[in-house]
Amino acid sequence: MKCSEFLEELTNYLDGVMDDRTRAELEDHLSWCHNCYVVCDTTKKTIEIYRDSQLYELPEDLRERLRSAIVSKCHARKKSNPENA
Amino acid sequence: MSTIQTKVGEQVPDEIALVQAAKEGDVEAFEQLVKRYDRNVFRIAQHITQNREDAEDVVQDAFLKAYGNLKQFQGQSKFYTWLVRIAVNEALMKLRRRRPERTVSLDEEVKTEDDSVPREVADWSPNPEQQYSQAELRDILSRTIQGLPPSFRTVFVLRDVEGLSTEETADALELSVPAVKSRLLRARLQLRERLNRFFQRRDSNDGQPNREHGDVEQ
Repeated sequence: MKCSEFLEELTNYLDGVMDDRTRAELEDHLSWCHNCYVVCDTTKKTIEIYRDSQLYELPEDLRERLRSAIVSKCHARKKSNPENA
Repeated sequence: MSTIQTKVGEQVPDEIALVQAAKEGDVEAFEQLVKRYDRNVFRIAQHITQNREDAEDVVQDAFLKAYGNLKQFQGQSKFYTWLVRIAVNEALMKLRRRRPERTVSLDEEVKTEDDSVPREVADWSPNPEQQYSQAELRDILSRTIQGLPPSFRTVFVLRDVEGLSTEETADALELSVPAVKSRLLRARLQLRERLNRFFQRRDSNDGQPNREHGDVEQ
């Protein structure tokens, strides 16, 4: 397996969606190609860091304000158009 | 090497009943759905728009649009996937309004320099995020993802941050599964490349990681 072929399969490999034979070929490649091993490992870390980062959390006060605005507009819409609320 | 375990959105048992009640005009039932997904919608919206005010507007507009169109929701997909589709469209509209000079489309073929195999890659520290404070880390991650084309960061946030499956992401974005996979690979590789300078091992770069935060955008 060439590095370019490994890269094509990287997303499937990280997501765990592939047959056993392809997985074995990829893991064989990883065992001797340090470059691809690092790309794979650091890509996995990239995903984990973003997933665990709590980037753009909704603050509780803003959350309540938005919810209250949404609910009051839903009530208004229901009142003005009860058939299609 | 273990695979990434994503938090696949589970269909909550009472959700069908909540959606049905909301369809019949029960605002309290709809409020429960808002409480369940408002954080997700806000996160997705801010990832796409990169603007706090726009993200707030998207949360309101997406839920109100969902409420107004509940009768169109037939239940072939999960309520959450349907809601995400609405929210993504609202967020992209905000982005188009803010950047009228640039076409923003999920269908665009984005040319990148990252289709070749990365070479001479530097390994990262075992826990690279721990080199920075929470605030520094959020700043790095936010600036880094801002540099991706909107179509890439949209796929990345749905698939890798929110944990939708590839099929659900394709459904929410009205893209094919191969298109989602292609964008996801390129998004992941571009983010990795851009984070290199912050996270590489101390001993592989004159003993110090590069802690400059500037100029990570495209």
